[in-house]
Amino acid sequence: MATYLEFIQQNEERDGVRFSWNVWPSSRLEATRMVVPLACLLTPLKERLDLPPVQYEPVLCSRLTCKAVLNPLCQVDYRAKLWACNFCFQRNQFPPAYAGISELNQPAELMPQFSTIEYIVQRGAPTPLIFLYVVDTCLEEDDLQALKESLQMSLSLLPADALVGLITFGRMVQVHELSCEGISKSYVFRGTKDLTAKQIQDMLGLSRPAVPVQQGRPPQPQEQPVISSRFLQPVHKIDMNLTDLLGELQRDPWPVTQGKRPLRSTGVALSIAVGLLEGTFPNTGARIMLFTGGPPTQGPGMVVGDELKTPIRSWHDIEKDNARFMKKATKHYETLANRTAANGHCIDIYACALDQTGLLEMKCCANLTGGHMVMGDSFDTSLFKQTFQRVFNKGFNGEFRMAFGASLEVKTSRELKIAGAIGPCISLNAKGPCVSENELGIGGTSQWKICSLDPSTTLAIYFEVVNQHNAPIPQGGRGAVQFVTQYQHSSTQKRIRVTTIARNWADAQSQLQHIEAAFDQEAAAVLMARLGVYRAESEEGPDVLRWLDRQLIRLCQKFGQYNKDDPNSFRLSESFSLYPQFMFHLRRSPFLQVFNNSPDESSYYRHHFARQDLTQSLIMIQPILYAYSFYGPPEPVLLDSSSILPDRILLMDTFFQIVIYLGETISQWQKAGYQDMPEYENFKHLLQAPLDDAQEILQTRFPMPRYVNTEHGGSQARFLLSKVNPSQTHNNLYAWGQESGAPILTDDVSLQVFMDHLKKLAVSSAS
Amino acid sequence: MSVNQQAHPGPPYGQPQPGYQGYQQPGYGGPPLPGVPQSQYGAYNGPVPGYQQPVPPQGSLRGPPASGAPPSTSGASVPAGHPGYSQFGQGDVQNGIPASAAQMHRYVRREQILTKASLGRPALPSPMQGPPLPGQTVAGPPPSQPNHVSSPPPPSSMSGPHPGPPPMGGLHGPPPPTHPPQPGYHMQQNGSFGQARGPQPNYGGAFPGTPNYGSQPGPPPPPKRLDPDSIPSPQLNELPPQQKPRHRIDPDAIPSPIQVIEDDRSNRGSEPFVTGVRGQVPPLVTTNFLVKDQGNASPRYIRCTSYNIPCTSDMAKQSQVPLAAVIKPLATLPPEETLPYLVDHGESGPVRCNRCKAYMCPFMQFIEGGRRFQCCFCSCVTEVPPHYFQHLDHTGKRVDFYDRPELSLGSYEFLATVDYCKNNKFPSPPAFIFMIDVSYNAVKSGLVRLICEELKSLLDYLPREGNMEESAIRVGFVTYNKVLHFYNVKSSLAQPQMMVVSDVADMFVPLLDGFLVNVNESRTVIASLLDQIPEMFADTRETETVFAPVIQAGLEALKAAECAGKLFIFHTSLPIAEAPGKLKNRDDRKLINTDKEKTLFQSQTSFYNNLAKDCVAQGCCVDLFLFPNQYLDVATLGVVTYHTGGSIYKYAYFQLETDRDRFLNDLRRDVQKEVGFDAVMRVRTSTGIRATDFFGAFYMSNTTDVEMAGLDCDKTITVEFKHDDKLNEDSGALLQCALLYTSCAGQRRLRIHNLSLNCCTQLADLYRNCETDTLINYLAKYAYRGVLNSPVKTVRDALVNQCAQILACYRKNCASPSSAGQLILPECMKLLPVYLNCVLKSDVLQPGPEVTTDDRAYIRQLVTSMDVAETNVFFYPRLLPLTKADVDSNSLPAAIRNSEERLSKGDIYLLENGLNIFVWVGVNVQQGLIQNLFGVSSFSQISNTLSALPILENPFSKKVRSIIDMLQGQRSRYMKLIIVKQEDKLEMLFKHFLVEDKSLSGGASYVDFLCHMHKEIRQLLS
Repeated sequence: MATYLEFIQQNEERDGVRFSWNVWPSSRLEATRMVVPLACLLTPLKERLDLPPVQYEPVLCSRLTCKAVLNPLCQVDYRAKLWACNFCFQRNQFPPAYAGISELNQPAELMPQFSTIEYIVQRGAPTPLIFLYVVDTCLEEDDLQALKESLQMSLSLLPADALVGLITFGRMVQVHELSCEGISKSYVFRGTKDLTAKQIQDMLGLSRPAVPVQQGRPPQPQEQPVISSRFLQPVHKIDMNLTDLLGELQRDPWPVTQGKRPLRSTGVALSIAVGLLEGTFPNTGARIMLFTGGPPTQGPGMVVGDELKTPIRSWHDIEKDNARFMKKATKHYETLANRTAANGHCIDIYACALDQTGLLEMKCCANLTGGHMVMGDSFDTSLFKQTFQRVFNKGFNGEFRMAFGASLEVKTSRELKIAGAIGPCISLNAKGPCVSENELGIGGTSQWKICSLDPSTTLAIYFEVVNQHNAPIPQGGRGAVQFVTQYQHSSTQKRIRVTTIARNWADAQSQLQHIEAAFDQEAAAVLMARLGVYRAESEEGPDVLRWLDRQLIRLCQKFGQYNKDDPNSFRLSESFSLYPQFMFHLRRSPFLQVFNNSPDESSYYRHHFARQDLTQSLIMIQPILYAYSFYGPPEPVLLDSSSILPDRILLMDTFFQIVIYLGETISQWQKAGYQDMPEYENFKHLLQAPLDDAQEILQTRFPMPRYVNTEHGGSQARFLLSKVNPSQTHNNLYAWGQESGAPILTDDVSLQVFMDHLKKLAVSSAS
Repeated sequence: MSVNQQAHPGPPYGQPQPGYQGYQQPGYGGPPLPGVPQSQYGAYNGPVPGYQQPVPPQGSLRGPPASGAPPSTSGASVPAGHPGYSQFGQGDVQNGIPASAAQMHRYVRREQILTKASLGRPALPSPMQGPPLPGQTVAGPPPSQPNHVSSPPPPSSMSGPHPGPPPMGGLHGPPPPTHPPQPGYHMQQNGSFGQARGPQPNYGGAFPGTPNYGSQPGPPPPPKRLDPDSIPSPQLNELPPQQKPRHRIDPDAIPSPIQVIEDDRSNRGSEPFVTGVRGQVPPLVTTNFLVKDQGNASPRYIRCTSYNIPCTSDMAKQSQVPLAAVIKPLATLPPEETLPYLVDHGESGPVRCNRCKAYMCPFMQFIEGGRRFQCCFCSCVTEVPPHYFQHLDHTGKRVDFYDRPELSLGSYEFLATVDYCKNNKFPSPPAFIFMIDVSYNAVKSGLVRLICEELKSLLDYLPREGNMEESAIRVGFVTYNKVLHFYNVKSSLAQPQMMVVSDVADMFVPLLDGFLVNVNESRTVIASLLDQIPEMFADTRETETVFAPVIQAGLEALKAAECAGKLFIFHTSLPIAEAPGKLKNRDDRKLINTDKEKTLFQSQTSFYNNLAKDCVAQGCCVDLFLFPNQYLDVATLGVVTYHTGGSIYKYAYFQLETDRDRFLNDLRRDVQKEVGFDAVMRVRTSTGIRATDFFGAFYMSNTTDVEMAGLDCDKTITVEFKHDDKLNEDSGALLQCALLYTSCAGQRRLRIHNLSLNCCTQLADLYRNCETDTLINYLAKYAYRGVLNSPVKTVRDALVNQCAQILACYRKNCASPSSAGQLILPECMKLLPVYLNCVLKSDVLQPGPEVTTDDRAYIRQLVTSMDVAETNVFFYPRLLPLTKADVDSNSLPAAIRNSEERLSKGDIYLLENGLNIFVWVGVNVQQGLIQNLFGVSSFSQISNTLSALPILENPFSKKVRSIIDMLQGQRSRYMKLIIVKQEDKLEMLFKHFLVEDKSLSGGASYVDFLCHMHKEIRQLLS
């Protein structure tokens, strides 16, 4: 089995793909009985140090409905200079440039190690990246100051030729003109009025005047750049100007009376940002970066009225259908998000406020366009500052870790069809022979648009085996999937990355053990979780949980070893052993549980869950817990209340939070100041170790997690206590008389109880 | 004067007089005329005979005047020659009833002058009257002249066919009216004057409004029209042939405005006008006089058409004399007069009548030892508030009578309490917002730069409350073309910030803080802004503009700042950009003289009316500076300005070099002048009459309150009164005009003007206490409003008709019986025909081909807010012979009448009408004068594009320039200076203002019109 783990890991590293099943059941019927669907997690732009892009265009299958890219799986007739498409079996001529190929002289795309290959293609003039800042000015003075500094700082991080623009909003929306000298100029819009893209462009003077085309004169090509340059300027030209402008930004001057929220026109501001880019740079890589410090309170997209006495909607209100503005606002932002996505732009949301800011309504803006969503308490926190800085991080080769306007196309062998995808993408509605009628996630298409992505952006792609039971696949047959991702690289180059993978088919009846052994429980857990979270967006929470439970029980029934009606006999093979535990934690996770979370928080968590790669997703589902003590080197320990011991320091990583928790004794020592005594230097080291490790995580994580440093009895300890498996609670602690661990005050079931029930249900003949 | 020319037999003339006397005597006898009257009367008769005698001598006299221009030198004599004239001038001119001693005096004096002038030498009078003593002479001849205009309407018409001694006969023959009128006359009346009658039909039909009248193409057979009896004067020959025949009446024989003005000046200019007496007629507006407030408002604040109101509405209807007051509540006073005192009645506010809410005033009657007062308006008795109580002296006056302005003066101010404020909140200081058109035209003409430059210094002169160090007014700036640009000029900024609002369909103000600022605090930012505006738009290619959104923007800004204020909008073109209030070019000259002509004066869309309403509600006054190169629909653009009490200034084809000074002077004055905001005016009257109609630039949401977003010191409101009950001769009639307004420092105040008038049961009293200038002011405003709803012709007919009725009523009821052929005018109204004719000929009522639709709309609005002095000079311009000016004194040369005949080729004249100044240069002017005035060596070198006279160091130049400066100083607008050379094409324009002449656009000459009036009157009488 170790081989399978290695295989999986190898595949992931090379292709950025992890399948739930690495041997595929060969018929539709068998596949459905596997419970966990055949699916994969694809990281289209997985960072590959060893993958130099090739500087030519890919060779495509000549069949119009196929157009698969030449790949190592294709059969090649070197003499006839022909190749057979491994998806549609079309025989194709090599293009003239390939005249010199032979077995010994193969182009890269035919070599097996290049199952993933990246092409750089030259198409059209490169356009610079665009960053449009949309800044809320209804902030507290400190917040605004911090935000201004962050924005000013960011100018130095942008590519020099990038275009940058600024929109500020409060009660009004101002689009700042950046080209002018002296007087600073801005276009102002009422924050309450929804404008069409056409109106916005007219009002900004972006619509080209209908100049009659004159004979003998070229149709003024400069017109457009000239116009748009008023609002979007190369950073290197105006960074001084813009720095000053940002420096002079004032809080929204309109008076806010006692008991009112400031009037904040987020909806219109976004609409104008979208309209501005739509009119000037459609289909060019562009980020609209929204910085907001509170909920939209007026105009289209308003989430809550300006009366402070009416609080912003909670889950309770939503369930009771009491959220007045939610539907309308959501619709507004969805329309915007769809337009943005259609133009290939993306929207980032940086929301920093103690209360909710309307992420629930606005989430689609980031979700559909691949933008970032960041939630913090204030702009004046390192969480925001560093996160924002990290947006402009560069990869190992000095390139920005961002790409734009990608489209992902998936091609499958004929035994497979595509059921859908879940991730920061929208459908391109490309119907075709390999599109399944059954949808999982965003389906009905074989192509998706991902307006913005980075090397860790990961999509879940679900397939359906359509081979009929009575049409067996010949022994050793392999199914293939090809992922073609076209995107605009941060260097503004157009690139195409092609990944072609193949897996063996196996007959589920005769070769179930092979299939079982090739099960990737981690990938499966994440893939199932994504499905669950996707459902949770539209379905009632309990329904989703029930569905998850049923799936788990069915899986256990299918792959567990047990005697009927004997829970104690139940066993799961190693490749499934962790899966139930993942599901247990998933059920408790904020992705599916809304209790104790605001709608905004849920949206925020779900947003990140739907785009992170497998490792991060697993951390989100089941946080990692490390223990530091004098009794040995740091070690991962069970995410269990029993792990909370007085003489331990715990480090928990939930992806969103990093918690360092000092056990009772350690905490007392620390308070006594032992770490400052030379003779207790080892204690000092012990205290330092988790801090260093935490730093390491903090360095790389995007978005920056909330960093919590706490100790036994500290109020912040709740972050830890809410995550661990409540094996000891106030109900059973004294009864069992255990001495170690910390009781958790909860009525939640513990993993043990969960497993007991699972076993019971799995073995029960009734179900 | 022409009067003399006719050799009328004594008797006929004399006859009417006895009647006259008789009539008067009863009424008159009483008044303590210091002897003079009697003698005067006596004299009156006397002159007549003498009068006629001179005729022969005249002839002889004529001979000599070979001198060039007939008008100036011997103008008088010219007319004299005409027989037709004489008819008119002479016997017929009968003085109405001398109203009072003063009037008599005035009258008399003038006559004196007239005679002298006309006769050419003093000797003549003697034959008539004998003694050339001033008193005597005066008494004698003159009175008869001006007043009596003999009937023969268009004397010309009579000419040919007249049998026998035509005109003369008319006069003489039928001594008293009883006699069967002479055939000639008869015919005239009936309009059946036979062939020769040519002109007459014209009158009847064409006169009212139709172009025929004026245009009367070279009256067909000029010679024919001459009366056979007329004595051809030698001078006639000097006139251009065409003119000769036309003038049958000696212009000098008909009432002369100049004379009336001069007389009033000399009679009443020296003594202060003390307002203590009820129903006093003040001196004319053209007279310089001081006012002493002793309980009635100064005539600078209120003037009435009549100071003696008929007791009953029947009388009023019969006379047709409109009862109106022209009120200028914030009028500027000369430095010698004191401003109204500010009275503070404490927290409970001004003391008022409980019922009608009239404010405490000198006419309130304190009773019961001062514990209560009886309202002089409604008679209701009100408790005197304890803090206001004061004992009465033995005459029933309060002891503190002289300590309290509201008890002893006609005009004063109250400090308003919070109850008088909007939303029960004391107002904040007002704001001025400058809104500058920066479209292509405005930038290219240099206007934008000019405005910005000027504002830099002008902002230091914002109006201040008396003793304050700096103005409380805040300022804001907007520029616009198709979109609006607001500027943040907050003092803390290093640079101003521009905010563009392109959503013109739904205007709003993009900023709050930093838009309206204190000039001193934001000085550097504002300066920087004003420096940059011209640069920013230097390359603009935007030609389209919006307009309504600009006003909306200002309105919203004031709303947001919760204050009243004024918008100064500098605008260049028809707003055709897509926006609310967008206009189309609807100018159509074909509509003139059709029933649809009124649409040219109406607003194109009701949008602006609604906007105006909103503006008034907020106290947002809109001043408009227009710089059109073509039609921009003043009628519509001006709606908001009009209803908010703002001013319009129009500079057609603005050119930097020529119009710069005029515009800047206007702008300076407009910005600096005293102005009240958010004003409401209410006129209360004592029982029996009621203010029923209002004319002026304001908005009314109900029937009594005149609302003005802004009211400056030049704005005038004309109020018409109607009877709703009988008045009492003893108690008279009272007016109280209360104006509630916010001062420029944001103080809420009430300005009160009180005026008491007499009431009469005799029509004669009414006619004796009228003021023609005020009457014309009312009639013009009435007519100018009428054109909005009725065809211009109807309006003109109505005007003529009303005046005819007024005069006919006088003739019927007040004048002594006389021949029906005699035109008898009341003394106080003898200028009514000439002034009325000027109104009828004005551009609004009878446009010439060069008058644009915008001009007419512009003038229509201007006139609506004019005070009496302005309408006076506007309709009858002042014509000054510059070459006659005494270089050493600082007085103005004596004005002359507005007729080409009065101009001499060898002289230079100045004509002003409140909007323009013309300097007319005759072709024969001495070179030295030209050199001195224009700095060029010959007539031909004078440039007629000059907008100002060159500054030359010689007495003549200095004198002329000081005259011009003086005139400019008297007017609320800086007048455009136009140099007109005789026989140059610009002269046409100039001639348009010679209002006694026939105008090119068809306006009647004074003489012709007088004849027409006479005919109308006779028709009414018969």
